[in-house]
Amino acid sequence: MEEITKLICISCPKGCSVNVTHEGETITDISGTGCKRGEDYVKKELTDPRRMVASTVRVISGLHPLVPVYTQAPLPKPRIHDLLRELRKIEIQAPVKTGQIILENALGLGINVVASRDMPKV
Amino acid sequence: MEDAVQEKYDAIIIGGGVVGCMVARWLSRYEMKVLLIEKCSDIGTATSSANTAIVHAGYDPLPGTLKARMNVEGNKMWDQLAGELNFAFERRGDYVVATTDEEFETVKTLMKQGEDNGVPGMILLSGEEVKSREPEITPNVTGALWASTGGICDPFAVTVAAAENAVMNGVKVMLDTAFEDFVMEGKRIVGVKTNKGTFGCRWAINSAGLYSDEVMHKAGVRPEFVIKPRVGEYFVLDRAEITINNVLFPTPTSKGKGILVTTTVHGNTIIGPNSVLKDDKELKAVTREGLNEIWDGALKLVPCLADKRRCVIAVFAGNRPLGNAPCKNPAVKYNSDFIIEIPEEVQGFVNLGGIESPGLTSAPAIAEEVVKLLKEAGEPMQEKADWNPIRIPRIHFRDLERRDQEKLVEKDPRYGRVICRCENVTEGDIIAEIHAPIPATNYDAIKRRTWCGTGRCQGGFDMPRVVAILAKEMGVSPLEISKKGDESKFLQRPTKVTEG
Amino acid sequence: MTKDLYDVVVIGSGPGGLAAAIAAKKNGADDVLIIERDVELGGILLQCIHNGFGVEIFKEDLPGPGYAQRFINEALSLGIDTLLDTMVLDINANRRLYVTSKRHGFKEIHSRAIVLAMGCRERTRAQINLPGSRPAGVYTAGTAQRWTNVEGYMPGSHFVILGSGDIGMIMARRLTFEGAKVERVLELMPYLTGLTRNYVQCLLDYDIPLQLHHTVNRIIGNHRVEAIESVQVDDRLQPIAGTEEIIPCDTLLLSVGLIPENELSKMAGVKIDPITNGPFVNDEFQTNVPGIFAAGNVVHVYDLVDWVTEAGLSAGASAARYAVAERQKEIRSIPMIAGENVRYIVPHRLDKSHMQEEDIRLQMRVRNPIEEPVWVEVHDGSNLITRKAEQYVRPGEMVTVELKPKHFAEVEKAQSLTVNIVKRK
Repeated sequence: MEEITKLICISCPKGCSVNVTHEGETITDISGTGCKRGEDYVKKELTDPRRMVASTVRVISGLHPLVPVYTQAPLPKPRIHDLLRELRKIEIQAPVKTGQIILENALGLGINVVASRDMPKV
Repeated sequence: MEDAVQEKYDAIIIGGGVVGCMVARWLSRYEMKVLLIEKCSDIGTATSSANTAIVHAGYDPLPGTLKARMNVEGNKMWDQLAGELNFAFERRGDYVVATTDEEFETVKTLMKQGEDNGVPGMILLSGEEVKSREPEITPNVTGALWASTGGICDPFAVTVAAAENAVMNGVKVMLDTAFEDFVMEGKRIVGVKTNKGTFGCRWAINSAGLYSDEVMHKAGVRPEFVIKPRVGEYFVLDRAEITINNVLFPTPTSKGKGILVTTTVHGNTIIGPNSVLKDDKELKAVTREGLNEIWDGALKLVPCLADKRRCVIAVFAGNRPLGNAPCKNPAVKYNSDFIIEIPEEVQGFVNLGGIESPGLTSAPAIAEEVVKLLKEAGEPMQEKADWNPIRIPRIHFRDLERRDQEKLVEKDPRYGRVICRCENVTEGDIIAEIHAPIPATNYDAIKRRTWCGTGRCQGGFDMPRVVAILAKEMGVSPLEISKKGDESKFLQRPTKVTEG
Repeated sequence: MTKDLYDVVVIGSGPGGLAAAIAAKKNGADDVLIIERDVELGGILLQCIHNGFGVEIFKEDLPGPGYAQRFINEALSLGIDTLLDTMVLDINANRRLYVTSKRHGFKEIHSRAIVLAMGCRERTRAQINLPGSRPAGVYTAGTAQRWTNVEGYMPGSHFVILGSGDIGMIMARRLTFEGAKVERVLELMPYLTGLTRNYVQCLLDYDIPLQLHHTVNRIIGNHRVEAIESVQVDDRLQPIAGTEEIIPCDTLLLSVGLIPENELSKMAGVKIDPITNGPFVNDEFQTNVPGIFAAGNVVHVYDLVDWVTEAGLSAGASAARYAVAERQKEIRSIPMIAGENVRYIVPHRLDKSHMQEEDIRLQMRVRNPIEEPVWVEVHDGSNLITRKAEQYVRPGEMVTVELKPKHFAEVEKAQSLTVNIVKRK
């Protein structure tokens, strides 16, 4: 059954409003994109929407009680909740270095979660 | 079944506003064991800290009323009081400004009324004279009453200073302690029941402000007396953007003193109040209509404010207790006078009620009157040999010259850490208040004492830091720290802990 | 150890300040100091833990703290001095700063050039005249962000956010990530005030409703926020009666605008543009006060941090050039010292670059009269450069000595010159 899904493209600040005509995951028409990146985004968004995720994890003996972390690659949207739950369980020792792997191969998806900054020990 | 009496006092003062604290300070002079109970987490949180901060000259109250007598007597006491208790007080003088010929006639009547009340130092000014003293005054000015004995203060600082002096002279203060009922033996009050226990007393003194009606009813006194809260809203303007150096009243109407534009001891200009009767004694809310009303009122006096709305840095509202007690003198037709009495129908009770404007000005005179009433009732009132009227003020980093700031930081490095950037309040200042004779244990208490969080950013920068300092000094988790008492905590849970 | 005199002092270590300090060091400034009021470098970036930073400059999509870390590492490796946990109390047009700190004490610091990089503060509840009571639970989005991301506490569990600026939308997602419920985002204007991508990634993704042309009518709750009464507004942004809705919640976040923080700038006499609320600056980012520069959000509010960095680099380089020129002036400058029996000498200092063909006349007065023949001697510390004979000297009569071009070679080598009055034998 053909349906039209409205999306806003987020590849660049322009934010083009896009209409995607599709049957299930098969796209039959895209209208409203301003560029090729937009088309790619829309295709991916419909079939496998992904997002960069940033959050924090607990630190012991650090300058602050939390260190900010982020996914090195965009995560599938439906799994964000699961990732956040995993991160909530983690507690690491200071000192922490920028780029240090906090959670390797998160959720078995081949994406690492790394520290965003140094966190010195106090 | 009677609750066990925890401790016995000579006098228990119910309510820690400026009147209660002044009474405490006056009683501390005598060999009396005194307890002051306050239901909130800090003293002076209700009417006493949300008003126009004016020490009135005394031309406004009707001659023959208790308000008039207390106002004029109280006004005279402020210089000595400010010197002894070390709080900021400026006898600025005030103007009652007329903008029409009719208003000027009213102003003349006001001056006559002031003379009847015994107010010294008043003159009438022409429109030109007013303009020369206050360049920003409306060009419509037709003249003004100039009352040289009018003054400005920080009403909360006054309350704290009085309370601290009382504590240093032996008065006990219990915060978070709410009056519930009296313990009576026949017609005599012998104790006060609170949420923290029952305490014995020979005298109970009602200084409960907005709740003074409910307290006196528990003693069976004046069942017809009712307090209605009158809300007044205010604007505070950025002192870097605008300075009005005078205290400007409009010509009063039947509604009251009107909307002022006035300077404060902190250098900010404030505008307000309006006057709206409400039902809820606790609700202190600003309203769109109210704020517009006071802004428009201010423009009538100072039209140049018209494009200064962006200079507003704070708004607040205060409740004042409007009572319905008729003046004791039947010849005077006035139905909202002060109640200052030892009633006949009950023993052991000093009853103060309906203390709205000029309550702040009158507070020291009311305290003296309470002492007088106690003496007349046969209380021995033996003076203490070692009573110390002087309260040594705490240093504030922001008030010092650079050289003295440097010395202070060297002596105590905590004064080197600025917590409130807009008002230059340091960690040392804040910690001093947490450990003061009346300890400041929440954010608003710190704010009232140090002026922290009252500047341009309204706490945006300092709030997390003040919370952290309070937590550390009080030895609790930041989750326990509140804005103004247990029901107003800032934080809910640690970030990584969830319910589900 | 902090010095008393720096080439460039940078106030603030956010992206603007860090870039300025680095550029200053790389463009000839030897002594560079960053003064930062927080306990670590990085400024507001430290609490902006989301991605979106560095796409232009590094071609990477970094979180705020990661972007900051790059510049922090570079600044420290370049040997830039820092004063942390330190507040600047005062600066004047002569670039004299008073700063205070618990760890370092009270200091007076002079600088040849200053870069202002203090960023912004958030617009407050009072400034938008928000009616209602004043319970706990009304916070600006930035304060909530500080608590949630840095200090580790959730300021509430049910939120309403006023303002569709980026900070508000980012916080909507952040709070949702940490298990809170964001009930509504209200925006006064009929359009989104933040980036569209944030609307998608922060609100749409998490089914958080956005209502344009809506605002907070009043705040409900005496001790803690209990609810927000929202209301729709018309084209003149006035509330439409009858559209009020009570939204139960325990926290209201305000994301209603940023204001450049220029109180220090004003103290130094820097002129502020009432439209931007930041200093007037030229293409070198110099303000109207010579030697005082400004970069970043303190000048005007940016939407991309990469451009803040660019501005900081430019301002820092300009500040360094200014400082270097000041140094040259100082090297060229020879102070005149009033020695034995001399009360004062004018001029107070000589500029080496002016010593060409004309005599320089030194004018002075003596402290005490000597009614005997004297020499008026000019020394450079070890050598006598020139002297003049006088029959007497009296305080009431001005005394002069000429430095002639033939003396200039020696004078130029001097650190300072002293004039003494000595009796002739």
